[in-house]
Amino acid sequence: MSTLAPASATADPRTPQRSYAGTWALVRLNLRRERIPLLAWVLGIVAVAAGTFSAFQQLYPNELERQLLAATVSANPALLALTGPVASTSIGGMTAWRTGVILTTLIGLMAIFTVIRRTRGDEEAGRTELLASCVVGRAAPLAAAVIVAGGAGVLIGILVTAAGIGYGQPVAGSLALGASLTGCAFLYAAVAAVAAQVAESARTATAMSAALLAVGFALRSVGDVSTGAPWLTWVSPQGWAQHVRVYADNQWPVLVLFAVATVVLLAVARSLLERRDLGLALFPARLGPATNPRLFRPWGLAVRLQRGSLIGWAVGLAALGALMGGVAASAGDLLNGNPQLEQILSRIGGAGALTDMFLTAIGSLAGLIVGGYAISAALRMSTEESADRLGPVLATPVSRSRWMSGHLAFVVLGVVLLLTVAGLVAGLIHGARIGDLSQALRATLSATLVQAPAALVMGGIAVAIFGWLPRLTGFAWTALVVALLLGQLGPLLQLPTWLLDISPYSHIPAVPAESMRWTPVIVMPVVAAALIVTGMAGFRRRDVN
Amino acid sequence: MSAASNAIRVAGVVKTFGNARALDGLDLSVDTGEVHGFLGPNGSGKSTTIRILLGQMRADSGSALVLGGDPWRDAVRLHRRLAYVPGDVNLWPNLSGGEVIDLLARLRGRMDTHRRDELLERFELDPRKKGRAYSKGNRQKVAIVAALASDVELLIMDEPTIGLDPLMEAVFQDCINAERERGRTLLLSSHILSEVEALCDRVSIIRAGAVVETGTLSELRHLTRTTIAVELDTVPAALDTMAGVHDLAVEGSRVHFDVDTAEMNSVMRILAQSGVRSLTATPPTLEELFLRHYGDGHERNPGLTAAPGTPLTATAR
Repeated sequence: MSTLAPASATADPRTPQRSYAGTWALVRLNLRRERIPLLAWVLGIVAVAAGTFSAFQQLYPNELERQLLAATVSANPALLALTGPVASTSIGGMTAWRTGVILTTLIGLMAIFTVIRRTRGDEEAGRTELLASCVVGRAAPLAAAVIVAGGAGVLIGILVTAAGIGYGQPVAGSLALGASLTGCAFLYAAVAAVAAQVAESARTATAMSAALLAVGFALRSVGDVSTGAPWLTWVSPQGWAQHVRVYADNQWPVLVLFAVATVVLLAVARSLLERRDLGLALFPARLGPATNPRLFRPWGLAVRLQRGSLIGWAVGLAALGALMGGVAASAGDLLNGNPQLEQILSRIGGAGALTDMFLTAIGSLAGLIVGGYAISAALRMSTEESADRLGPVLATPVSRSRWMSGHLAFVVLGVVLLLTVAGLVAGLIHGARIGDLSQALRATLSATLVQAPAALVMGGIAVAIFGWLPRLTGFAWTALVVALLLGQLGPLLQLPTWLLDISPYSHIPAVPAESMRWTPVIVMPVVAAALIVTGMAGFRRRDVN
Repeated sequence: MSAASNAIRVAGVVKTFGNARALDGLDLSVDTGEVHGFLGPNGSGKSTTIRILLGQMRADSGSALVLGGDPWRDAVRLHRRLAYVPGDVNLWPNLSGGEVIDLLARLRGRMDTHRRDELLERFELDPRKKGRAYSKGNRQKVAIVAALASDVELLIMDEPTIGLDPLMEAVFQDCINAERERGRTLLLSSHILSEVEALCDRVSIIRAGAVVETGTLSELRHLTRTTIAVELDTVPAALDTMAGVHDLAVEGSRVHFDVDTAEMNSVMRILAQSGVRSLTATPPTLEELFLRHYGDGHERNPGLTAAPGTPLTATAR
């Protein structure tokens, strides 16, 4: 026993020894725990890529059609903002262009969720404490989480490469596409690794990482649309994936950016890990108030639990609104120097029509994002229940309906508030640029608020699942992903209308690009209300955990 | 083998969280082969100490040695030789209890599978249930079985028996006594005084981040007071002013007071000279002992919270 002591005495006292001991055992544990979600992520992401390859092959078999499609894209600021420019008009190039945003977003979310759940999530639940008392190095849980998330990214990269080759696309381009997706997985896993050290709760860490993913998208989007600042696309990981120009000239050196950024971020995470105690954040938690009489008002607890996240979402949507308003006016500039397209456009309303199309596109993006808020606000109830915090509250003279109503108020009013914030910020900035505030506000607020009914339906679905199938609440997110995929890829894949119409977002009129249709905007809130009432009825009836 | 005589040796450890000082110069030493009780009121720093010993938190200053090594720097090497049972066991919802036991044991290095099966039977634990299906007591048992089945020298347990029923508590005590016989060392943080009395060779009492008392239970008893109720022929006037006598109450010939154990002999000599007709001496209960150390006013009369026979004078204060 005592022979071990001298060996350690000579080592640098600051660096703990064998920080990675037990990593492989934890990797196996993580695989055991994440096998179903990871399988779903990998299959889902690969299916989207393969489906798009197949769609372009069948629906745009000849080069000329694809060139026409690409020309429309570069003339349409709305599409350019959402998907970026086309690098190559080959089937592979069009697939990479059309799926770029969707795949980088999904793969980023996969990496973030996996890493946070298996680091800060386990730490928060107290499971890491037990593990760390075994022969497990300090950095092993973090390393195991990054390895599992990155490994899923590698698997996705390989399968997407195989899909590209399988659809007859060049090997080099397919490999570049797969590698850029793998790069995104590692990069956002590393972002989450840093967030897991800084934030004390898994919820905050996930929100921070997801916000950075959104910032990456927004920077790329502004960089592509605004004529003045294309360098913005170089500070965004999604922009890097685009700059690889897969199937065009395959810029391999750009992939080095992913590797460098990942290594740097992981080194930061590692050194932050050394500076903090297990279970605590980097900075000591502030003390809360000694007493808070407002908590005992009806809805008081719901307000306390929900307001922080609502404020975070509002900041995010204000930023999206600023992007929307800042770029809208210059959306028409893209056509300068293309007289033919200008001529066509002047017949359908000129540059103003382009601006409206852009506002509609960003408005529908805001609608999807706020749908995500509605689901997360509704599932807060599920979190309370599964963490055993609901029982003690319901043991007081608070009825189930009253407890629920506080959270439901956040779902419903939060959706309206967030869309108003986005529209208002966009309108103020856009108005200042075109010098007509009331017209700008009318356009931007209609573009965002028209999305409210669909976002409310998303919230309603989450409430209904919570009421009847409390162990399957995760499926509420599936509804949003399905809506996203149908909206983004459905028209391209020429899916049947009845299938597209499953998504509530497909019923939303394209305001202000097209004129208003009132029927869906009135019917959908009724559907949402029916779903919520159904959920409440189910919750009143079922066992509470 | 100088390090071997102390399984745990902590000196002057300070740990702060922002402005809060969780440990304030803590000293603690646990001899190899003993069962050491670690007691103190809620929030006094027990769990912080344990997490420093496990290398999960780093002390701001002071020194800590566990099995002769630095718990922060040598964490991985030391964890091969120790096992830990937290007070609040959280399991993975979709892993069975048996899987968790195997996982923890594999992560520690070696496990005695025969002993694991024996422990599962003794604790009446079904290892096939999933983590989310276990009650609090059963989650606790999973961690206890995993720790006891590991081939380690040192066990660190933070209120391990909270949630166990009295029958299981008895099984736990049997197992710990067996561990002692096998020469293992145990640091046991506990609030269950009967458990401490039954198991611990020595105890340390921590208050506000520092150990205020350490020793065997009989040594600690020695530091406190015995309650004396006596009937005398004449009440000696000297009793009132004698050192070590507290809360004197005189009702005719009946006298009631507490006496410091250290002064017992001289007080008895005075009483013997005053014609003792009857005398009952009540030794301090464990509760009194701890309440005396836990309480804020360290010097306050232990009789304040004592069991039957509490002098009225004390409660009236």
